[in-house]
Amino acid sequence: MTERLAEVGISTDILDTPDRDREIMTVNVGPHHPATHGVLRLVVDLEGELVRELRPVIGYVHTGIEKSCEDKSYWKVIPFVERMDYVSYFFQMEAFCGAVERLIDLEIPPRAKYLRTLFLELNRIHSHLVWLGTTALDLGAISMLWYCFRERDKILDLFEMATGQRMHTRYFQVGGVIEDIPVGFEAKCRKFAEEMPIRVGQYEALLDRNEVFLQRTKGTGVVSRERLLELGVTGPLLRAAGEPWDLRKAFDYLAYPEMDFKIPVGTVGDNYDRYRVRVAEMVESASIVRQCLDALPDGPYIADDRKYVLPPRSELSTSMESLIHHFKLVTEGYRVAPGEVYYSIEGPRGELGCFVLADGSAKPARVHFRDPSFVNLQAFRDMALDSYVADMIASLGMLDPILGGVDR
Amino acid sequence: MPDAPGLELIRGEIERDCPGAVLATSYDRAQAALLVDPARVLDVLRWLKEQPGQRYDFLSSLHAADYLPHTPRFGVHYELINRERVERIRVKAMLEDASPVGGDDAGPAPVGAGVVSETGPAGQPLPSIDSCVDLFPTADAQEREVFDFFGIVFRGHPNLTRILMPDDYVGWPQRRDFPVGGEPVTFTYSERRYD
Repeated sequence: MTERLAEVGISTDILDTPDRDREIMTVNVGPHHPATHGVLRLVVDLEGELVRELRPVIGYVHTGIEKSCEDKSYWKVIPFVERMDYVSYFFQMEAFCGAVERLIDLEIPPRAKYLRTLFLELNRIHSHLVWLGTTALDLGAISMLWYCFRERDKILDLFEMATGQRMHTRYFQVGGVIEDIPVGFEAKCRKFAEEMPIRVGQYEALLDRNEVFLQRTKGTGVVSRERLLELGVTGPLLRAAGEPWDLRKAFDYLAYPEMDFKIPVGTVGDNYDRYRVRVAEMVESASIVRQCLDALPDGPYIADDRKYVLPPRSELSTSMESLIHHFKLVTEGYRVAPGEVYYSIEGPRGELGCFVLADGSAKPARVHFRDPSFVNLQAFRDMALDSYVADMIASLGMLDPILGGVDR
Repeated sequence: MPDAPGLELIRGEIERDCPGAVLATSYDRAQAALLVDPARVLDVLRWLKEQPGQRYDFLSSLHAADYLPHTPRFGVHYELINRERVERIRVKAMLEDASPVGGDDAGPAPVGAGVVSETGPAGQPLPSIDSCVDLFPTADAQEREVFDFFGIVFRGHPNLTRILMPDDYVGWPQRRDFPVGGEPVTFTYSERRYD
């Protein structure tokens, strides 16, 4: 038959292929696909069910936030940067406010340090809960979503109680926080922090002996520690591979030096270790929240430097000086002497850095965020190559990228 | 962070091995920075990464900034970490604007994939610097981002194409002279149909 086909000029290449399964098929996944956790597009070359090549395509939710920030006075930048990584908004605020505080050399009061630490750790639990719920959903454990989002809602209630908003709270200010925590917050927050480790135990009871979950996660998506370091991966992904690198311990910022907490690390660096590390981190974060509440110092919650911080509302009707400062701060903002600062903190996904360049005006000349999701996404090819499509989806979930942060 | 004397020691040691590569040091707001000759940036990065006793082997961030109206105009920043000593150091290379008198922000857009040259299709020269992807694979996406937003070409980058902006985009949006709000918003009724 081959000769007949050749006579009439039809290619016989496909018949010569010894195994039809060896054919490479290119499949497009996303950008609108629930398993990509946002608008991530993956161009995947498949050989049967095996991933042979993988190219993430990003930029679908690029909104030019960094450029927009250059057109805003410093205090107006805060709500912009919150909307980059929309699951860890407190961290974006802290990275930016901390960078500006270092630029203007403004020391924040101890109570503000503790309050910021408290909200950062609540936000870390919140972020990990969103990750656990959606990733377990990808792996078929639907009920996990409801349990995780139940606790997440309690955190959002706490945010709403203290800041007035459930998401994008704009609570951190340059110099401290916008207002003190209300009466009753401490008791409610303490109750949550006591309860959270029990809830984490319940999640583990649901997942740790779940045969499907274990088979999907154990031994999949393994990348060596050396390779992760080369690729600049930080956060739980790196710690799951056994590298105890955590900026909260390494560098001195906020109230972390006074906190007693452990850094969970994994051994193998597979998806199961990534799950274990994050779950253990939630327990540690709950412990930091408790310690913050126990040791919360009295005193002002925002620095008392009228050149940078709004005067108290009550003074506006009695003090001309305060009124002038208020007017100047709200209209023009404050000017920052020329200089540049790179300030990085440990976000829920890794090193979240903020680079601010000041040119002497009231607006930053450049605001750049080193987003951990953006950098970590480079490790995805290593995680998914030569694995099954289903494991690729599991690895993507365990990578936990937030596309708002990737694209900015 | 190395403190100010520590930074000078590092500079002295680099000066011994790569003379002339470090142009200046700065210690500002408790952050140590080395200002290096852009042509020798790889020498300094390799020295910092591989020199025994230094081992700044983790590149935590690579980003750029536009210092307009100062010259040299563009700065490429490398934030390095020594994880043993828990110290950070910034390496900074300043690049001249390749076409100082206007017009470069309508620079070339590489359509489709492929490696761009130091001048775009329309012939506008672009500032360029050596790529450090071989030393630090993490720089891959970050160098593409810098190219995308500032039009800085990284020589030797394996796939220097736009990463966040569309492939057919024209201009370098993060440059300071790129106007904000100049782009018309497309609605359904004003959308240009593709033939």
